[in-house]
Amino acid sequence: MLSKLLAAAAFAGLLLAAQPGHAYTIFVSNERDNTVSVVDSETLEVVETIDVGRRPRGITLSQDHSKLFVCVGDDDRIDVIDTETYEVVGTLPSGPDPELFVLDPDGRYLYIANEDDNKVTVTDIDAQKIVTEVRVGVEPEGMGISPDGKTLVNTSETTNMAHFIDTDAMEITHNILVGSRPREAQYTSDGEEIWVSAEIGGTVSVISDATRKIKHTINFDIRGIPKEAIQPVGIELTEDGKRAYVAMGPSNRVAVIDQETYEVLDYYLVGQRVWHMAMSPQEDRLYSANGVSSDLSVIDLEDGKVLKSIPVGRLPWGVAIKP
Amino acid sequence: MLFSRLGRKLTAGALAVFGIWTAVAATAGSAAAQDTLEVPIVYVTRDGPPHIPLTLLEPVAEDLGVQGARLGLSDNATTGRFMGHAYELREVTVPEDGSLAKTLRPVLNDGARLIVADLRADDLLALAALDAASDALIVNARSYQDRLRTRACNANVLHAAPSNAMLTDALAQYLQRKRWTEVFLVVGRTDQDKRWAESFMRAAKRFRLNVVARKTWTFDYANRRDESGAAIAQEEVTRFTRGVDDYDVLVVADPADKFGEYLPHRTADPRPVAGTQGLRTTVWSRVHEQWGGTQLQNRFEEQAGRFMTPRDYTNWLAVRAIGEAVSRTETTAPAELKAFMRGNDFELQGYKGIKHTVRSWNNQLRHRILLAGPRILVSVSPQPGFLHERTELDTLGYDKPESRCGFD
Repeated sequence: MLSKLLAAAAFAGLLLAAQPGHAYTIFVSNERDNTVSVVDSETLEVVETIDVGRRPRGITLSQDHSKLFVCVGDDDRIDVIDTETYEVVGTLPSGPDPELFVLDPDGRYLYIANEDDNKVTVTDIDAQKIVTEVRVGVEPEGMGISPDGKTLVNTSETTNMAHFIDTDAMEITHNILVGSRPREAQYTSDGEEIWVSAEIGGTVSVISDATRKIKHTINFDIRGIPKEAIQPVGIELTEDGKRAYVAMGPSNRVAVIDQETYEVLDYYLVGQRVWHMAMSPQEDRLYSANGVSSDLSVIDLEDGKVLKSIPVGRLPWGVAIKP
Repeated sequence: MLFSRLGRKLTAGALAVFGIWTAVAATAGSAAAQDTLEVPIVYVTRDGPPHIPLTLLEPVAEDLGVQGARLGLSDNATTGRFMGHAYELREVTVPEDGSLAKTLRPVLNDGARLIVADLRADDLLALAALDAASDALIVNARSYQDRLRTRACNANVLHAAPSNAMLTDALAQYLQRKRWTEVFLVVGRTDQDKRWAESFMRAAKRFRLNVVARKTWTFDYANRRDESGAAIAQEEVTRFTRGVDDYDVLVVADPADKFGEYLPHRTADPRPVAGTQGLRTTVWSRVHEQWGGTQLQNRFEEQAGRFMTPRDYTNWLAVRAIGEAVSRTETTAPAELKAFMRGNDFELQGYKGIKHTVRSWNNQLRHRILLAGPRILVSVSPQPGFLHERTELDTLGYDKPESRCGFD
């Protein structure tokens, strides 16, 4: 018993020694290659490429970070990857064509958007079972969950709405029209706002959770970039409520926004057709998946610089980070 | 069960928020239930023999166009359910040799004011000219004729279908980008073929291509199914294309698909074929899957049991355009809907990665145009580098100074 504990302590010590600072692991889904790239935060290099099902897009970690869930839309399921061994260890049912999903804050359920079937599916992770589904608008995609887990927000791309779903009753309570082709919904860390990007509309709508109305619409104007190329998709909001980052698709930019004033402060030039992003655990770096240039941009948020682009698989789509 | 509960809840919410809607229902004298905005849309087409593609890979479909309209209605209805809007599609068919006015007058007298016209140009103009249609909103879902966008204009008509000029400009930009500037133009014998060819001539001039030769296809059109057809076509095409000045690309004008399919791989000189066959310039194709196109293709195939054609797509888009405007304005009044569609806040999503907005000078919906190979997408126009002060999309088709519609 004692020797086991000692061994564990020694092992932990080794790990610490091997990972000075705040090392973490970055996972990127590659839609075209049917793979997930694993990138080490210290070396900023791909250390592993994991074969998964067809058309991997949405990607997120389990609550204890031991598992990585990947939507493999063309195989109508979720692949489950062990984040230590980088092996696919199982699958979860998802309903048809899962695209994007969100983990409930208790870690029990995955809320999954079924793009082809106008519904949101709820899967119990431990039971490996679908527990219920909710009918929503045409082409559901974006999925946001309130910090208390009580409200789920789904966006539907052709219906152009944010649907607010009460997770106790699993019923829609509010429908809010937003800009054309909404792609992602994110709650602020205090749960007071939901930010919704509209790819074709070229805007981000900020919705008040209390009133369930749009309180502000953020517009973008990038010098030298045609209006059509300004297509907001991925949204990342910092925990401290100060900054927001919005991936702008084919304009190859990530917008930096003041979360309090909604003012667009700056744009980072990244790779081509930037889609989704993830922040490092310390929120000092941002990683963006750039679909057309097939790379991952690394942005240093403290110095405000794009540090590097890391070649990954083809059509990188989503990013998840394990601390 | 879940759904009916949901519906009631939402309708109550919609009522509280949008007071405007009751007013509309009242003025329309609608017998609709207090909690629903009825949105009746009329789809109109003319009966006729089915289009028969030369290839046996494509089915002879009797329901071209209307299937697109039905899918558009279904998409509208999904959104409508969340808003208390009830969409209905009334399908009206004019007999093959019948009078359009006779068929449509009773429909218009019934109060129909939102009309999707799956009609050829002459029928479309006849419809727009009816007195009872003077305050209707007509969406052209089929005719590509340039004159509808330049001189035979009607302010009540909005064009969801692209013009021939938009298609040929899209192709000309691509040829210029590839530096395939020397063109051999082959044109069929029908007026429709000639109109397409005239559009291409204009495009060639705009994008500096040289039409080094132009010939009319004079052979008899063949049945799609004939056992020795391949051998005959080989001889005919080789002979037809021999002795032409040196050219880079053969452009074929055969929108009705009567002979163009015979040309690729049979020309005397080894040259690519583009236009209405070969590398097709088109508003929609099964090979298109970008910008979420997969979802529309899947929905359509599930509903119709066949691929979505360009005519299905423009009908889908026409119905969606009306739905989008109704969602945003909460009205069914044609004048208000038209004003909204022509305005800056109209942003229709049509699986092309752009907002489909409307050209205020001729009511033409802006499009991206596909250049489609037989089995895979080749490119999308506008091509990079063709710039315009307003939007690059306006490098395709008739620009403001070139149109005499003068709607703005």
